Amino acid sequence: MSPDTETTDALKNSAPEHRGDPNANLGMQFSTDAYLDMDLLRFLTCGSVDDGKSTLIGRLLYDSKSIFEDQLEAATSASMSRGDERMNLALLTDGLRAEREQGITIDVAYRYFATPKRKFIIADCPGHVQYTRNMVTGASTANLALILIDARHGVIEQTRRHSFITSLLRIPHLVVCINKMDLVDWSQETYEKIRDDFEQFASRFEITDITFIPMSALTGDNVVNRSKNMDWYQGSSLLHHLENVHIAGDRDMIDPRFPVQWVVRPQSDDFHDYRGYGGQVASGVFQVGDEVIALPSGMESKIKSIDIGGKEQQAAFPPQSVSIQLEDDIDVSRGDMICRPNNKPTSGQDIDAMVVWMTDQPMVVGKKYTIRHTSNDARCIIKKLNYRMDIQTLHRDEGVENLKLNEIGRISIRTTKPLFFDPYRQCRITGSFIIIDEQTNSTVGAAMIIGETK
Amino acid sequence: MTQAADPSSSISQYRLTHIKALEAEAIHIMREVAAQFERPALMFSGGKDSIVMVTLALKAFRPAKFPFPLLHIDTGHNFPEALEFRDQLVEKIGERLIVHKVQDMIDQGLASEDPGPYPSRNRAQIPTLINAIETYRFDALFGGARRDEEKARAKERIFSFRDEFGQWDPKNQRPELWNLYNGRHQMGENIRVFPISNWTEMDVWQYIMQENIEIPNLYFSHKRDVVTRMGQLVPVGEAPFGPRDGEAVSNRTVRFRTVGDMSCTAATDSPAATLEDIVAEVAAARASERGARMDDKTNEAAMEDRKKEGYF
Ligand SMILES: Nc1nc2c(ncn2[C@@H]2O[C@H](COP(=O)(O)OP(=O)(O)O)[C@@H](O)[C@H]2O)c(=O)[nH]1
Repeated sequence: MSPDTETTDALKNSAPEHRGDPNANLGMQFSTDAYLDMDLLRFLTCGSVDDGKSTLIGRLLYDSKSIFEDQLEAATSASMSRGDERMNLALLTDGLRAEREQGITIDVAYRYFATPKRKFIIADCPGHVQYTRNMVTGASTANLALILIDARHGVIEQTRRHSFITSLLRIPHLVVCINKMDLVDWSQETYEKIRDDFEQFASRFEITDITFIPMSALTGDNVVNRSKNMDWYQGSSLLHHLENVHIAGDRDMIDPRFPVQWVVRPQSDDFHDYRGYGGQVASGVFQVGDEVIALPSGMESKIKSIDIGGKEQQAAFPPQSVSIQLEDDIDVSRGDMICRPNNKPTSGQDIDAMVVWMTDQPMVVGKKYTIRHTSNDARCIIKKLNYRMDIQTLHRDEGVENLKLNEIGRISIRTTKPLFFDPYRQCRITGSFIIIDEQTNSTVGAAMIIGETK
Repeated sequence: MTQAADPSSSISQYRLTHIKALEAEAIHIMREVAAQFERPALMFSGGKDSIVMVTLALKAFRPAKFPFPLLHIDTGHNFPEALEFRDQLVEKIGERLIVHKVQDMIDQGLASEDPGPYPSRNRAQIPTLINAIETYRFDALFGGARRDEEKARAKERIFSFRDEFGQWDPKNQRPELWNLYNGRHQMGENIRVFPISNWTEMDVWQYIMQENIEIPNLYFSHKRDVVTRMGQLVPVGEAPFGPRDGEAVSNRTVRFRTVGDMSCTAATDSPAATLEDIVAEVAAARASERGARMDDKTNEAAMEDRKKEGYF
């Protein structure tokens, strides 16, 4: 039997009541209240071609009843017209025509599904080294990464690269899916060997939370339901883990940072005195009455009110988008940062960062670029390329002249004006910036701040 | 000095539901566009997604006025109920509405109706929209499209660049990282912005329910004359939307899941009379929302082709 035949049959067996019965599969009554109390988890999937990524996503969508009949029909008829014998699960998740023709995923595609506990956003990323930039893009907002390993092949070079990117982008949670366990006789020994290998090389990275799950995406073992074939495995199924992994602690609630995006200034008599600073809280908690300082002016005031669309609230926390009014009429505009007088970000013009290069024209040392950091624009010059990271071997190559597409390196830049930043390891929002080419206007680099240049 | 609450003890207090997280993301996007572009406009059709967009704009900019007008590309094939709703809403919120008519483009020979047995002005919207962009020199247009609607959209950026013909190049999209949006553009270039990209149909309905947002009655179950055409319940109305030869008109209890042109929106049999009913119905639905759009059925890559041509 060909693997594709198995795919279709396995799907048929496991979810006969597909979408028809809202109570099927997940065994929970649909409840409006429960839905309103769900939280959001963004995760990234990475794996080499043929590790089973599309099958796994297809199964998660299917078993959570997130695929509609007409979408299923469309995928089936597309499979037939391509000459595939059976419905190809990958067609449920592969988007653009060019990609369909080549039969591979070449850009990040976003997919959505929900269980009664959580809503999930999947950033489905291509695995090849030439799509490193796409993976970095998907990783930048993810709470969790799924790395797939084919149990027959174990840890391979791509696994290392994907793990490195996961740690570089500081995705707080990692799940290593050891897939195709059906093809290794559900062997505990194989699983443990791969787990040990992974742990050994991953000890070089800073990844705080790693979970290993042996599974078969094709048969569904340990995807939604615990596997009967692997009773030696004591952990939870993938979906159970995704639903329960603790993400509330991932955000920095200690260091209040509020980049000002937009000044809400009504021109009407009714709101003559209203002057709200609109923005999204990057980290920490702000409360009405808090003493704050605005950067770069250094002027201090207190928070008079916090509102969303005129509706007041007592506090604001990440990732809320709010408007903040201050007691005093100090001058604050877009690009400024509101924080606490005793807890300020670093202010500086000489910055070291890890950068992922995202375009065909190489990064040129000595060239000037525009950067966007929070709501702030500045220009910068690339002063130095300290080293390039060899993402195959994880060696640092010193003495290289430039960074090419998909290459990663540590740079030192000098900006035309001070930025207010935190190390990326502390805050992803105040610790990241993008590099923009001034000729083409395109985004050419993604940077994670290490700190001030020493 | 006021002390901030102890963060460790109150983490659950500082937790956002997924709907509120999506709302926060959308508000952030709208403010970015307002700050980075000179002449944005919000595409408003009177459908539920664009009504949600207006609600989000109220949250982003009130108590001030919107820093942009609403723009309606009027195909002339609208449901009368949707137009009435549009005018009431605009009056209530006191914002500026620009109506750009497909009929005017047809009269000027700049657009034509799709050939074929059924009148469709789907493609005629493209030159009309582009004409509006040129007339008002819009550089950014907010749209209510979502990535869950269709496969081509699943890969589209939130800031989606268009050339001067309004065309989208799926191969040449800017990377979009963290919450940093790069809106730098040359003269003549414009972008489509999709603040609710990450919402699903379910999220939209939940939001409407949670925020108690008014929507046209078309979305709720009502009695309506329909015919069955190509397996779908097609609403009938005044010419050119009358029944065709051999079609029997029946009066059924239906509602619309999506509201587009009368010529291409199918109704579904439904008793759902309240938002709670609708949410329960969406949760149990067997067909996607776009399944009710006859225009997508033509071929598998229909949406992708239309997008490349400048369709929203
Ligand atoms: N036996 C087995 N085959 C699998 C499993 N997961 C995926 N496959 C097969 O492996 C092939 C590649 O899977 P696909 O999902 O397209 O991989 P992708 O390239 O990572 O998206 C397909 O033929 C799948 O049917 C599994 O758990 N067990």
